[in-house]
Amino acid sequence: MSTDEQILEEFTSKEYEHGWSVDFEADEAPLGINEDIIHFISAKKEEPKWLLEWRLKAFRQWQKMTEPNWANVKYPKIDYQSIRYYSAPKQDKKPKSLDEVDPELLKTFERLGISLQEQKRLTGVAVDAVIDSVSVATTFKEKLSELGVIFCSFSEAVHEHPELVKKYLGSVVPANDNYFAALNSAVFSDGSFCYIPKGVRCPMELSTYFRINAANTGQFERTLIVAEDDSYVSYLEGCTAPMRDENQLHAAVVEIYAAKNAEVKYSTVQNWYPGDKNGKGGIYNFVTKRGICAGDHAKISWTQVETGSAVTWKYPSCILKGDSSVGEFYSVAVTNNHQQADTGTKMIHLGKNTRSRIVSKGISAGKSQNSYRGQVEIMKRAENARNFSQCDSLLMGDKCGAHTFPYIDIKNKSAQVEHEATTSKIGEDQIFYCQQRGIDEETAVALIVNGFAKEVMNKLPMEFAVEAQKLLALTLEGSVG
Amino acid sequence: MISIKNLHASIEDKEILKGINLEVKAGEVHAIMGPNGSGKSTLASVLAGREDYEVTEGSITYENEDLLELGPDERAQKGIFLAFQYPVEIPGVSTTNFLKTAINQVREARGEKALDAVHFLKLMKEKMKLVDMDQALLSRSLNEGFSGGEKKRNEIFQMAMLEPKLSILDETDSGLDIDALRIVADGVNKLKSDKTATIVVTHYQRLLDYIVPDFVHVLYNGQIVKSGDKSLALELEEKGYDWIKEEVAAV
Repeated sequence: MSTDEQILEEFTSKEYEHGWSVDFEADEAPLGINEDIIHFISAKKEEPKWLLEWRLKAFRQWQKMTEPNWANVKYPKIDYQSIRYYSAPKQDKKPKSLDEVDPELLKTFERLGISLQEQKRLTGVAVDAVIDSVSVATTFKEKLSELGVIFCSFSEAVHEHPELVKKYLGSVVPANDNYFAALNSAVFSDGSFCYIPKGVRCPMELSTYFRINAANTGQFERTLIVAEDDSYVSYLEGCTAPMRDENQLHAAVVEIYAAKNAEVKYSTVQNWYPGDKNGKGGIYNFVTKRGICAGDHAKISWTQVETGSAVTWKYPSCILKGDSSVGEFYSVAVTNNHQQADTGTKMIHLGKNTRSRIVSKGISAGKSQNSYRGQVEIMKRAENARNFSQCDSLLMGDKCGAHTFPYIDIKNKSAQVEHEATTSKIGEDQIFYCQQRGIDEETAVALIVNGFAKEVMNKLPMEFAVEAQKLLALTLEGSVG
Repeated sequence: MISIKNLHASIEDKEILKGINLEVKAGEVHAIMGPNGSGKSTLASVLAGREDYEVTEGSITYENEDLLELGPDERAQKGIFLAFQYPVEIPGVSTTNFLKTAINQVREARGEKALDAVHFLKLMKEKMKLVDMDQALLSRSLNEGFSGGEKKRNEIFQMAMLEPKLSILDETDSGLDIDALRIVADGVNKLKSDKTATIVVTHYQRLLDYIVPDFVHVLYNGQIVKSGDKSLALELEEKGYDWIKEEVAAV
């Protein structure tokens, strides 16, 4: 084994930090999925009839669909009848303020480094915390509502702002969009809702923190962000899960609607449990994220740092409908041990002078497989559309794989599309050079990897960037070889 | 400071160093010269702890410690510095960030407190003057897109920042024009003291006009075959290496 391999090896053997679970009393649905379960979920959430109908319709469509198999990932067949579709930490009554939230729950988030005690927070970040299927607390709500910003759990939005939910739910990702989106539409339990009224620049970062806690439970959350004309919001999403031997399913949907001149920045740090060193356990992460730049000059920017999950299937996309609208996708995906990631984006140019930019950085270590899959589509009406894509892969060791699958479809001759791709190996030379200056192996790898991913990391809000940097190092710890 | 005894080292089962003996004391400058392929760079790499090379025999004692027991990062923390013949590029990592990480790890290993941003910056400013380093270079990715001269100057700048006890310059003169050579040598000379030692590995005598050695050793076929003072370097310059080869063959 060369030095390089040894360092990689050691660097990858670091254990998952958030692998603990807490015993709450949970309110659960029986295992499996059928129309009764959907009735059960809808009743639990005291939903209006239209939403129940919407769910049932999605379920019926889902039953006719087949699981997609085109992604470059392998996993055993999922038994959808052995999954629990609803689990909620039991709370005696719905908490009206943080003081009424179960202290055990608050402690869980404290342990994750997320303080829900807003007065203690120095940074201006409003948090919606979701455990298993239910939102447990949302902070800074009052302050935001003074500006007309709505930031609450999805369930709450269904009750408090049904007209908005009804108008936008499924407008970007239709219920039958794909297999996992249809499943989510049928059984989604909670998530975040956010509405920025016309002309408002949201003064703080909005964030949702997702945590899977219960065993055998799937998490199906749904996030809906609506930004009206001339508004701005930056939204953060983080996620962790306990270490469990069995695989758990996570199938989320995120929809973003950006009106004229609106700008939405959506950042994710995904750190679901990736499974152990031998590939046992871990989250199956099948997520549909899509935004529409509905109005002229709208802008949607996705930034993601993907370090967790056993299998990731995720393509945050932009539909550039408004003229001169802009879509961006910045991604760092790290895979280690037996992790598999197939992730990328779709940029669909419909409007004139639309622009998109894709920067993808894949880092593979151990025996993992890391694929970038991206589609750039320039439709007929999209005069002068421009796209720039850059996909760089960094390999650590010689047992992992990096793949790039770019699809380009151009129907308008005035389009300018550029694609650049590089693959490199983290060099023994680089590590030795760092060591010769007194830097230990692990720090050297972290330094090199963070340098590689810098362009994307720079796009993250400050609050997240530091966490993301540490996470990159942690994910790869013990992996140099 | 460092004592090398009967050092044998090989790479992929091929023996390169075949019994090196060398003693370097504080305050001294030693030049290691020799034809291509004689093992000069191997010696520099073995001293720095590059793991591609396997030490099969002999010992290296550095400041009363068995150097071979230490990893490359530990050696650096204890004051050994290697100026690379081919400095490595690290995209996305600025020289400033790189050096800050290095200095603070070295300080930590020595039980010293980390330098804060203000003191670090002050140190940088001071050392930049020493090697006439352009500030703009320091915020760029380490060595990426640097010219040959800039890379070498950056090596000496790093050396100035890390203040090593034993500096090993591996072919630092290669690829430098005369002006760059003078600046680099100037920096090295300013950093010399009676508490530090320098090993200059070079093919040509040229660098030794600027960094004047106390001792010159000729490395040939993995062994030091001749030692002398700086006049030996001039003799080599004049006569080339062939007479050394003949001398060795005659023995």
